[in-house]
Amino acid sequence: MIISRFVILRRGMSTASTCATRRSWWDHVTPALKDPISAVTEAFLADPSPYKINLGVGAYRDDEGKPLVLQCVREAESKIAASSFLESTSTSVGSKLVMESAKLIYGEDSDVIKERRFAGIPALSGTGACRLFAEFQKRFYPESRMYLPDPTWSNHRNIWRDVHVPDQTFRYYHPDSKSLNFAALMDDVKNAPDGSFFLLHPCAHNPTGVDPTEEQWREISSLFKVKNHFPFFDVAYQGFASGDVERDAKAIRIFLEDGHSIGCAQSFAKNMGLYGHRVGCLSVLCNDKIQAMAIQSQLQQISNTMYGSPPIHGISLVSKILSDPDIKAIWLKEVKVMATRIRRMRVTLREALERLGSPLNWQHITNQVGMFCFSGLNRAEVYLLAKEFHIYMTPDGRISMGGVTTKNVDYLANAIHEVTACDQDAKILHNTDAYKINTDIRFTSLGTSKTRARGMNLAL
Amino acid sequence: MASSVLSLASAAPSASLSSREFEKGKLNLGNSSVCFKKEKTNPFMKTKSVGRISMAVASNVSRFEGITMAPPDPILGVSEAFKADNHELKLNLGVGAYRTEELQPYVLDVVKKADKLLLEKGENREYLPIEGLAAFNKVTAELLFGADNPVIKQQRVATVQGLSGTGSLRLAAALIERYFPGAKVLISSPTWGNHKNIFNDARVPWSEYRYYDPKTVGLDFEGMIADIKAAPEGSFILLHGCAHNPTGIDPTPEQWETIADVIQEKNHIPFFDIAYQGFASGSLDADASSVRMFVARGMEVVAAQSYSKNLGLYAERIGAINVVCSSSDAAARVKSQLKRIARPMYSNPPVHGARIVANIVGDPALFKEWNAEMEMMAGRIMNVRQKLFDSLSSTDKSGKDWSFVLKQIGMFSFTGLNKAQCDNMTNKWHIYMTKDGRISLAGLSLAKSEYLADAIIDSYHNVS
Repeated sequence: MIISRFVILRRGMSTASTCATRRSWWDHVTPALKDPISAVTEAFLADPSPYKINLGVGAYRDDEGKPLVLQCVREAESKIAASSFLESTSTSVGSKLVMESAKLIYGEDSDVIKERRFAGIPALSGTGACRLFAEFQKRFYPESRMYLPDPTWSNHRNIWRDVHVPDQTFRYYHPDSKSLNFAALMDDVKNAPDGSFFLLHPCAHNPTGVDPTEEQWREISSLFKVKNHFPFFDVAYQGFASGDVERDAKAIRIFLEDGHSIGCAQSFAKNMGLYGHRVGCLSVLCNDKIQAMAIQSQLQQISNTMYGSPPIHGISLVSKILSDPDIKAIWLKEVKVMATRIRRMRVTLREALERLGSPLNWQHITNQVGMFCFSGLNRAEVYLLAKEFHIYMTPDGRISMGGVTTKNVDYLANAIHEVTACDQDAKILHNTDAYKINTDIRFTSLGTSKTRARGMNLAL
Repeated sequence: MASSVLSLASAAPSASLSSREFEKGKLNLGNSSVCFKKEKTNPFMKTKSVGRISMAVASNVSRFEGITMAPPDPILGVSEAFKADNHELKLNLGVGAYRTEELQPYVLDVVKKADKLLLEKGENREYLPIEGLAAFNKVTAELLFGADNPVIKQQRVATVQGLSGTGSLRLAAALIERYFPGAKVLISSPTWGNHKNIFNDARVPWSEYRYYDPKTVGLDFEGMIADIKAAPEGSFILLHGCAHNPTGIDPTPEQWETIADVIQEKNHIPFFDIAYQGFASGSLDADASSVRMFVARGMEVVAAQSYSKNLGLYAERIGAINVVCSSSDAAARVKSQLKRIARPMYSNPPVHGARIVANIVGDPALFKEWNAEMEMMAGRIMNVRQKLFDSLSSTDKSGKDWSFVLKQIGMFSFTGLNKAQCDNMTNKWHIYMTKDGRISLAGLSLAKSEYLADAIIDSYHNVS
């Protein structure tokens, strides 16, 4: 029995307080692997270079490269009375958040809202909302699995794994064309057993930035209806894809029109810049109000054993921003500004690379949508970008466009060009349309890095 | 309703299905049946007696049909019932939330100051690291163990910011489940209602050790020691650092030493839940003495903290989980695993409450002010206890010993009333409390103490 092994370890321990050589209860605890995304931030923070750029975590920066506290947030904060008492039974604020969040994603005029046909609960941002749903899914469909797109946000697998719901991928991204592999997607949806649970990104797919078209969403929705699959939407970027929150909700509205009863995890981390406040919402559509109450009570119970309820500060902010027409108007403008800046950076980056004479096809930079660009850079190139150029991104080549500014975009373009330009193997991997044999060996102060790149094992 | 069967099994894979082929209204779910597996007694769901159900209806039928209403939370349910009551003499002694003499919620002055400072500073709202705000983690460990404690100097404490006490306990529970599979947590009988729920949902087995003695309305010390001794070696013993919830009964310093002896003897791990540091005696240091004594003995200790009560930050969800290890290497590894557990729960903890606590505890002037406010709050509760005791003693002529009211400590008092008597308290006297006989003295004023005394006496003597 496992316990006795530890007991044997302990028997040798003295009870004196000398500590240096004592055995520990925790001897068998191995160091956990670093989270890939926060590992990037850690590496970035440790880098002393003044030129460093963090393109890892999906956090928006203004054109000065600074984190941005939205004006609507400041307004909301000053409106919220400083003497509001800090009680955990502020259920009314939580309910308000849920209602406003639901209106935002389902549409104010939707039947679901009018008939109050949904169960909703405030959650700890998108992660928390996904986790609550995963726990709920495990509780009521213990034998089910979750279908995740390939690729998806790295933490999705952790979430469903920790609740012991196995995950399975469905094809999504086509690396050759850097676009949606729609035929394969539909195939996998069709071949899944009826009544399967699927996780979908309704807009600004993370990490690829590749979204289905409206027509494709309609087809997906129809097939889901035939297969009676459960669609669970992870809405982390409403407003960030097109700049328009209504447009970015289109996929969900389509599913609603088709009569699906969906689940929805919403995050206000990015679109309201409330990253550290951990504000989100989980909603599950139901038949009627009664069922909604039952489901809500179950969700509340799940939440109560994990952390109680989310912090009031963030909940109050979002609730205020969405319910106060003046502040909401400010917010909608600010979302548009953020999305527009990102789109401008996409264009600028692509043009810079083309101006540099890169032989590779960089169309995907402007085709892709939302916070991220799935650059197509391989692990070796990503490694070099960090090592030689102090530019940090996740190993899969995902660039957080929120970190690109007019000041650093040229440096970034140059760096990308440097690590890819002279690499023959890279061209093949990047599957260029216009193949050009580049015999110039550009000597820069980092000339030796290119030699290294060529010799490097690309399967790093 | 046509129920023509769509034979999906034989559908040839095609590149794209016509999007208009299945329009809403014509849609039928024919052969695509929803499978209600016959659950092996899923306690959350009314199980259907049929296996596969073919749905002939076109519109969405919820797949969560059988979900039953979860039972109301016993503690929060009390507040809800109280709100619904219109009686003018009603009194809410349910949830452990501090109230002023005027029975109003209290936002500490230091918190208002810290909040204002934050508003002025206008700091960014970026993600915290998974382990939380570094400044907060530093001060919270120092507050609990003492800034000069060798375990801190030697970096032997793994501290991770958690969502108040609940969230911190849950992180610890997940760590236990992962690294000590099968190990049991022993919880006091009685204990805070949410403890067992947390361990249940974390899939950690638990059992109880005797604690409350209804005969003396005090501690069943012998029973407690016997049960800790009888537990399988290597169990986790959940201890309330001070101000036991719900009884208000704490071991004496001598009893704590004996408890530590037995835990060491049996190779158990002490697991402290410290939700009321400062609220018991009024002194933050004194209330940490039990934990510090265990640590001073060289024991490895798990300790969950909450700032809900002592800083009134209930709704900001700020606390921490600390694991004192015998080496800094072990502490680093444990911390990494706690982070690994937190990431798929909520990614990183909320920033606001952490900044408030860091500012207050880290600033000598604010910290001093906090100490004073803490003394004031604890003092008010001690005064109320005295008044209640005086009222009970003077009004009740039966000779019953009410001194437990004075002996108990912290926010709560275990009155010794049974369920029927508690119902009487509510139904007749409009006094709301939890059914285990617990009253929250934080919700009592000097002005209402006599009324409460009358109600208790009536319920105790006239209801069985």
